[in-house]
Amino acid sequence: MRHLAYLFVLGGCLVAALWLEPVLKVGVLRRWRRLLLTLLPVVVVFVLWDLAAIAAGHWTFDPAQTTGILLPGGLPLDEVLFFVVVPVCAVLGFEAVRVVLRRPAGDE
Amino acid sequence: MSYTVAALLGVAGALAVDLAVLRTRLVTRAVFWATYPLIVTFQLLSNGILTGRRIVTYDPDAIIGWRLVYAPVEDLLFGFALVLLTLSIWVWLGRRGPVRPLGGWPRRRVPAARTGLPRRGPPPPTPTARTRSGR
Repeated sequence: MRHLAYLFVLGGCLVAALWLEPVLKVGVLRRWRRLLLTLLPVVVVFVLWDLAAIAAGHWTFDPAQTTGILLPGGLPLDEVLFFVVVPVCAVLGFEAVRVVLRRPAGDE
Repeated sequence: MSYTVAALLGVAGALAVDLAVLRTRLVTRAVFWATYPLIVTFQLLSNGILTGRRIVTYDPDAIIGWRLVYAPVEDLLFGFALVLLTLSIWVWLGRRGPVRPLGGWPRRRVPAARTGLPRRGPPPPTPTARTRSGR
């Protein structure tokens, strides 16, 4: 189970944010094409940053607490999922705040 | 290049995208700054676990050494860049995409108490469209 530690953290983030979709009706997952198009460049940019940081030795991952699935460049799958989960949670939070505050975000 | 410098460049890059490239100007909007503290709270929590449990460890020579809930302060900059870039692209796509009906917005006001968010004074006078009854 210990190798799922990173995934549990990501799961916790999703649990904390996904309820916003049905409860506040933020419509983020409903607009899944827009969400995917948002994720694509973000994942590319941050995976490149991560690969450069790993190559430069800025940070390392504990093999015992990650899935052990490594992508080229030594990038754990867990870390790639981080760049999917965190943006999804951020958009959910943003749209939820918008629903509550009713303030413009620039795409109305 | 240290993580410190890379993180500062990341923030600069995200700001450039938001202000100059996509011109979404989220950093000038209240809705962004109302969202960000919520995101930072969850970031400190999740990042604190990732660094506190040493799932991720940092080279001491790559960071300035200041830490917040176990995580190097650079992670705050990294997170800010990640979130700002994400939201800028999201809003930009919404601006360019097909006209979206406001169907995703609830017709009734969500009580602030339920969300734990600070209530910002009395609600603005709502124009006809949203308060129209009998639709």
